[in-house]
Amino acid sequence: MPEAMDASPGAAAGGLAGRLWRGLRLPLGDPLAVFGLMIYVLFILTAVFADQLATHDPTEILYTPDYDLAADRRPGEDGYILGTTSLGRDIWSQLVYGSRSALLIGLTAAVMVALIGTLVGLVAGYFGGWVDAVLMRLADIAFGIPFLPFVIVLSAFLEPSIWNVVLAMALVLWRDTGRVIRSQVLSLRTRAYVEAARVCGSSDLKIVFRHIAPNILPLSFLYGSIAIGWAILTEASISFLGFGDPDTISWGTMLQDAYASQALSTRAFHWFVPPGLCIILVVVAGFLVSRGYEEILFPKLKE
Amino acid sequence: MSGMRQIAGRLAQLVFVLWAVATILFLMFRLMPGNPLAAYIDPTFTEEQQRILMARFGLDRPLWEQYLIYLANLLRGDLGDSFFYRQPVFDRIMELLPNTLVLTFSSLIIAYGFGIVVGAWLAWARGGLAERIVIPVVLTTRAMPEFWLGMVLLAIFSFWLGWFPAGGTRPPGAEYDSLLALYASRDFLSHLALPVLTLAIYSQGLPLLLMRSNMLEVMREDFVTMARIKGLPRWRVVVLHAARNALLPVATSFAIAVGYQIQGNVVVETVFSWPGLGRELVNAVSASDYPLAQGAFLMIAAVVVVMNLIADLLYGILDPRVSHA
Repeated sequence: MPEAMDASPGAAAGGLAGRLWRGLRLPLGDPLAVFGLMIYVLFILTAVFADQLATHDPTEILYTPDYDLAADRRPGEDGYILGTTSLGRDIWSQLVYGSRSALLIGLTAAVMVALIGTLVGLVAGYFGGWVDAVLMRLADIAFGIPFLPFVIVLSAFLEPSIWNVVLAMALVLWRDTGRVIRSQVLSLRTRAYVEAARVCGSSDLKIVFRHIAPNILPLSFLYGSIAIGWAILTEASISFLGFGDPDTISWGTMLQDAYASQALSTRAFHWFVPPGLCIILVVVAGFLVSRGYEEILFPKLKE
Repeated sequence: MSGMRQIAGRLAQLVFVLWAVATILFLMFRLMPGNPLAAYIDPTFTEEQQRILMARFGLDRPLWEQYLIYLANLLRGDLGDSFFYRQPVFDRIMELLPNTLVLTFSSLIIAYGFGIVVGAWLAWARGGLAERIVIPVVLTTRAMPEFWLGMVLLAIFSFWLGWFPAGGTRPPGAEYDSLLALYASRDFLSHLALPVLTLAIYSQGLPLLLMRSNMLEVMREDFVTMARIKGLPRWRVVVLHAARNALLPVATSFAIAVGYQIQGNVVVETVFSWPGLGRELVNAVSASDYPLAQGAFLMIAAVVVVMNLIADLLYGILDPRVSHA
């Protein structure tokens, strides 16, 4: 795998920051992937500056100066940017704060899936034998578990929380990453430089983490960036079905609220369309970034 | 001979995975906080009913014995009784399964028909404006939350334009002699339209992108070049030579898509109040109807596992190079 990212702007910066930057191997060569990264940056900024961007407390029930409920306002009416819900809550502020839970769930789930999948793939592929057999049978089982139903059953036993989705993803969705990375490791471990390291007396641990792992990192990032979208989609579905945390403002709980409050029959598009569009944007960004990593990994695909 | 052994091996794997999933489910439902009997016995059951259920599932015995009884009952299709419907879970699931299958297959057939044709056309028109417009649109449909798409379609076509009913499978009060008579009725089709459209829009991306990339690959192969050199018209080369061969992996992906769709149906069935397996799972979990939840989950898992197996076998049959590798 050639060092495709040497020309990245951060590479010039020395020291630890520069090393970390290079370690991420951001796919900056592909315009679509850069567009995806820009979407990520936009949402991270929104989440960080949510307090400044929101016009109201997202959970506060709003009243008019005459103490009437400020419910079902259309966009722009009475100064509410996206209008209000039928309980008198500000939709724009909910949308802004929703980016926080999306980011939180997306990033933790992505790290978990990529981390577990990478470790499983490395260990199974490098050591082979019964370790490999056990881990791959576990992957078979994970492929037999229907994911969304599993999250639903899991939430029947656990307190409603956004972390249930992350837990379920960590338990089940490492399977794809694990299998793909394993097969990649299988081919890497027979390469001459790995053989050379072994002959020179490097320990297994050193060979795996020093010589093999860096080469499969883009693959981990590829699956990680897809997992961000998966996590947000799953959280939305689970909240929509009523198993989410009712005290958390997320795009999923907003959609659930809209559906349950008859927003469809009152044609309150300004209520349920924006959260859906936000979800789509973040998930599409994940697709684009993962395609960028794919091109780093398999330059032949690019044509 | 090796083919038979391969099939036997995959069947053994299928049994193993199903056993493992059933075991995980057993442990989840038994280790949950609260009364361990709650997996089968609702507090409102009469004492007589409770005693019968205790005996049927061995609930007064040690955990490992309960586990063996559970497995033996599973083999006989005994999943316990639903708390809410007061009827065997198995019967209830069999009532709902046809609705889920009709929804799944009709949407996937539409999605695959559309995806294959458009995907092949995109490969034909590669590098053009169409590609730059269609591919981002397809990626966007893959990124949509399915239930949100359903909500938007419902708001537009049902509540606003009034073209289609808002949910269920039939108008209130309508009765039909048989399931077949219901499925063939106009009412049913108008109820089916929006959920099928939702699922089809979501599912067409996979066959479309797969067909396109396979076509591009196949068109580089020698036999296609050969056909072109022979001077055959371009459409003949694309349709009769390239498309036929590019179809194989797409056909295999159909089986995987069925398994995937059955899981995703959970949300779409809920949006459209479609009485299927997925919505039943959601309702059962909300109502703490544990036997029904367990049964619905196992049924969905069984479909997923069997479809994965079919996909593997199809792949070997359609492309013999795979099994010889």
